[in-house]
Formats: sequence, C-alpha cells, structure tokens
Amino acid sequence: MAKYKNHVLVCGGTGCRASQGEEIVYNLNRVIEENGLEQEVQVVRTGCFGFCEKGPVVKMVPDNTFYVQVSPDDAEEIVKEHLVKGRQVERLLYTDPETKKHVSESKNMGFYKKQIRIALRNCGFINPENIDEYIARDGYASLGMAITEMKPEEVIRIIIDSGLRGRGGGGFPTGLKWDITRKVESDQKYVVCNADEGDPGAFMDRSILEGDPHSVLEAMAINGYCTGANQGLIYIRAEYPLAISRLKIAIQQAREYGLLGKDIFGTGFDFDVELRYGAGAFVCGEETSLIHSMEGLRGEPTVKPPFPSESGYKGKPTNVNNVETYANIPVILMKGAKWFSSIGTEKSKGTKVFALAGKVNNVGLIEVPMGTTLREVIFDIGGGIKDGKKFKAVQTGGPSGGCLTEKHLDIPIDYDNLIASGSMMGSGGMIVMDEDDCMVSMAKFYLDFTVEESCGKCAPCRIGNKRLYEMLHKITEGKGTEEDLSNLRNLSNVIKDTSLCGLGQTSPNPVLSTMENFWDEYMAHVKEDKCPAGQCKSLMQYIISEEKCVGCTLCSRVCPVDAITGDKKAPHVINPTTCIKCGACFEKCKFGAISIQ
Amino acid sequence: MTKVKSLADLRKMKEEMANKVQLREKGDHPDQLVQVKVSMATCGIASGAKEVMNHLIDQLDQQAIEAVVTQTGCMGYCYAEPTIEVTLPNSSPVVFGYVDTKKASEIISRYIIRGELVDGIIPVNYETVNEKKKD
Repeated sequence: MAKYKNHVLVCGGTGCRASQGEEIVYNLNRVIEENGLEQEVQVVRTGCFGFCEKGPVVKMVPDNTFYVQVSPDDAEEIVKEHLVKGRQVERLLYTDPETKKHVSESKNMGFYKKQIRIALRNCGFINPENIDEYIARDGYASLGMAITEMKPEEVIRIIIDSGLRGRGGGGFPTGLKWDITRKVESDQKYVVCNADEGDPGAFMDRSILEGDPHSVLEAMAINGYCTGANQGLIYIRAEYPLAISRLKIAIQQAREYGLLGKDIFGTGFDFDVELRYGAGAFVCGEETSLIHSMEGLRGEPTVKPPFPSESGYKGKPTNVNNVETYANIPVILMKGAKWFSSIGTEKSKGTKVFALAGKVNNVGLIEVPMGTTLREVIFDIGGGIKDGKKFKAVQTGGPSGGCLTEKHLDIPIDYDNLIASGSMMGSGGMIVMDEDDCMVSMAKFYLDFTVEESCGKCAPCRIGNKRLYEMLHKITEGKGTEEDLSNLRNLSNVIKDTSLCGLGQTSPNPVLSTMENFWDEYMAHVKEDKCPAGQCKSLMQYIISEEKCVGCTLCSRVCPVDAITGDKKAPHVINPTTCIKCGACFEKCKFGAISIQ
Repeated sequence: MTKVKSLADLRKMKEEMANKVQLREKGDHPDQLVQVKVSMATCGIASGAKEVMNHLIDQLDQQAIEAVVTQTGCMGYCYAEPTIEVTLPNSSPVVFGYVDTKKASEIISRYIIRGELVDGIIPVNYETVNEKKKD
C-alpha cells in the first residue's frame, strides 16, 4: 500500500462543490500525477469545513496549512510550491481582518478558536464516501460496544445522564424519548431520522449527512438496539441530492461490512436502514406529518397524543430524532455521559451547530458549546457585521423563532434562555441583520414563507397567517393604521393558541417579537409613512438636490421609466408618480445630488 | 469484502485503518510530537532531500515514533544540504546539515530517541521576524 506523506483535504460540501470544488480535485490530481507524486500525496474530498464564506477551502496535512477561496487554476501552484518545494502559497492563506496578517493554521483563526466540534467531528476530516476512514476514527465502535457488552437500559441511562436534548428545535430529552419507545410493547418498531431540514438559512443537517453519514447510521442502529426496532428510515428531502447519494454509498458500505443487516457483530441483532424522500414541505419536519408523508399520505399533522413513540409509522411505536441529535450519540457512548454533560449550561448540555447567515462577515457552519453568547458567535466567530455596518438583530429558530437584539447579545445561548428572550433554538439557523434591514419586511418575509408552507388543515393557520401577511404588506406599503397594529397582535395570539401543530403555533413569532423589540419601527411605518431602514420601496422617495445637481443629464439617461426631466446644466427633477424606485439614478450620480427620503 | 463479525474484528480493522487518518490527527497537535522539517528547495532536492524524507518517514513509522515530517522551503544552508530541522516536544529546534539516509538513521536513534547531540548540528545564526518583534 502506498504510504502517503501528505494529504490534501478538499471541501466537498454543497457550497464548495458549487464553487468548482470538483474541478479543484481533478486539477490537483492531474498536477500531482504530472509531478510523479501520486504515491506520496493523497487528495481527499471531505465534508463541510464550515468556513463557507471563504470557500472553496483546501487544507494541507500534516502541516495544517489552510487555503481559502481556491480556484481550479491554483492547483498547479499548490502542488509545485507547497508539495514539491515546501513553500506556502501566501496569497491563498486566510488574512486576519484585524491584524491584516496571513494566518496559515485554522486553529489560529478567530472563526475556529471558540468552536468545539462534536456533531461535526468528522466533517472536513474524513472522506464521507469511505467507511474505512470512519472506522479509523472509532466509527461503529460505540455500536459494537453497546450491542455486545451492554443492555439497552444501560445505553439509555448513559444518554439520559448525558443530558442530550433534541437538536431539531424542541429540546425534548433524547434518552427519555428512547426509553418511552423501549417500554411500549409491539411486534414491530421503527427508528426514524428526521432529515427534513426546512428552515430558510439552516443547513447543518445537510452538512452532517454530506460530511459524516456513517455517524447517523451508527446512532440509528444503537437506537434500534435500545428500543427494540430493526428497521430504520431516514426521511430526507429530495432537494438534497448530494446528501442522498452519500447516504446511499454509506448504507451500501455498512451492509458490505456487516455493520447493517442481519446478525450484526454476531449478536443476532438485525438492523437495516432505508431512505424515504420528502418533497420539501416545511410542515413535514413536524414528526406526525413526517410519518404520514412516509406512509404515502398527505403530509398533515395529527393531534398528539398519541405520540409517535406509542403509535407512529404504520401505527407502530416509532422513535423520531433529528440528524444532529443522532450525530452526537456515538461520541457520548465513547466518551461517557460525564464528559458530555461537562460541556454546556445547567439545563442544556453539549454543543449546538448553527448555520450563520445574513449580514455577517464569516457566513458558515459553526459548532459551539451551549452557553456561548450571541456576541461571541456573531462578532468573534462570525467576524462582525459586513461592511462595518451596525448590528441590528438576529433571527434564530427560523420562521418559528423570533428576533434578538443588541440587549440580548450577552445572554448565554441555550434552549431555555432563548425561549425566555422571546425566540427559540429551532434547528439552529441564525440570520444576522444590520441597520439596513427593515424589521416589518423581515416579519413579512417569514409570513410569506409560512403562508406558502401551511398545510391548510386548520383554519387559524391557513386563514390567519394569510391575514397577517396582508396586514404586514399593507404596513410596508405605507397604508397601515394603528388599528392594524392591534389587530396584528390579537390575531397573532389567536393563531398561536388555536393551531394544531408546531407550524401554526409558532408562525406568528416573527411578528410578535419584532413588534416587541421594534415597536418604533412599526409606528414609523404607520404614523409617519416612513421606513427607517429605507427598505420599503413604497415609503421611499428619491429626491434630487437643487444645489448639488449640475445638470449632467446622466440620471435621466439611465432612468428606465423616463421619470427624470430637466434641461442640460439645470437641476433635474424626479416625478414621484412614475418613479419605480429602482435606484439606478442614485448609483450613477457622481455628485451625490440624489438622496433617499 | 470482509465482514465484521465481532467487536474484536472491528478493533482489528481500526488498527489497520488507523494510518489512513493518522496523518490528519497528528496535524491537529504537532507541538506534542517530534516535528521534523526537511528543507526541500531546489538545492535540497538536488542533494537527495527527497530520499532522506522518505527514509525518515519509513524509519519513524517502523520504530513507532509519533512524529510529523513535513517539507519546508530553503533554510539557507545550501552548502550543507540536505538539511533537516528537528523539534522535540518542549525543546528548541535543532538543525542538522549533510543529512543522508545514514545520518538520518543516526539522528533518529541518538537524538530523537535518546536526546544525545550528534555531529553535524548547524548553530542557528539568525532570528526570525517574529522573535525580533518580541524584544
């Protein structure tokens, strides 16, 4: 076997692949071969490194040099300089935005300093399409230990003691869920993995499945052993083709090794996993809807109880957990409950993966201990707000969550603190907003999403959310009244109280939390017909200053609707009734004569 | 394809597979390991640095010494190529010159394992930009 002295890890997450990651791998291999290094250097496609902002990312091992924003054309230089001559390619190193110095090792980068990677332990480290690399990292050893040396109750006890709570958003204690499913007697039980990640801006489950699919399979088998199920089902959205293909490869490899299938580890325990595809409906992330969708029925929720643990898929006891929850399980068994519960806060143990998006410098996937503050996440790891703008709010929990503002920045993030602050953990999407974002429009954006995604089963959600959306639309058009604001609040509370499932019960949260934190902004829209952030087009007006305008006619030439008139070398005027507020004149004016009011 | 029939099977398999990711795991904490840098500029390569590097990797591996061997750029001692720099945990780097495979073996058996100094050490006669700043 060839003995490699260098590994070149290339990020193979969806984001980096979209930025020509595959071509980078191809070119690297080509140049490596041209230089006769194929016996010495191995190029490995890995899962997501998390640092999506600067992708595609290439990491050189063992010297741990971290190259960012690599293009396929850089392959030649990386091979000839770094691998042949041992010189770093400086221009591809990450530049610290504060010190303006190159940082060659990832552990010295602000982005990675505060992270602890448990669920993402193998993402960006192993080749997700190679089971051997997973096994080399203690893969399947937890499963082996559990089924050959432990009783189901003992395994569940460890999970309960670890304090692990559901990472899909609800935060239900995982061990307890397993125990309930175990105690229900039935001839057939099921283990389900909820990979129906639907929050706009959340992509942690996809990244785990793409970067470390075996960890989820292993945990599902452990769950099967504990609850007495021998069939696992992964409900994954069809929009995740890369995750699906890597899962299929992983399942195939695990079966070939006998780690899935009949008589695992010679213990007589059978367990196998199949995939079920979702069509990408947000409501199917709710466990009863998910189960109905898997049964071939409409993806609609039903009343709980009965809980899936008692009567789920095909009426049989079914344990549903989220991808990230499963990814934690093998490590907890390997390192023990004490180790896991030493990380995090009193009631929320371990770490949480967040997808950092929006107006933040380092967009990407991060994993931090529970109890890390928003300030640390946004400013230390996220590198602060883009273009030096001012932080305004961050939306956590997606369309079901709420926004948190400046005054929440120093609250340690965990399940309970987020709820107390009027938001929620959700699956871990974090969308950062700056001073240019209008909070009414933000609430409208999420309502637009929930109106689309409501399954329509119950009236409060189907009709109520539509009315909320219409009221918000009216306000952003400058036609809202103070009465609309009180109606908005009343209706929101009614929808919350009377909806059947989690979707309706949480959909007014963005409205309520923005009203709570940004009441002035709502009032400005309603009373003064102004959008303080300057985002609501109907409330904006472009005005040419008579003193500053020199009459160069440039603005009138770029105006697509001929709304600007005026003679050469005389001040121009914008006709507000024809103006469509495209901003073309504003961008073109060289004299700063056009302003937005 | 061999099937995993017991936990012992899996553990054996893990041992066999360990080298697949060892390099990456070592890269995560190089300061606790023996670090060897081989100067691999044109002059180094021409004097046989590549063979020396392969020899070092093989020997360290065979003797089960936890080490990270990397190539680096020209160290400036072109007259004494191939040169290597060895850093033992918690000690300062030491540079050796005229390292052929025989010398490399001697460095492993005497300096790396027993901590004895061997002939051929090049005294460090420069300071780096970083060190300079600290003063």
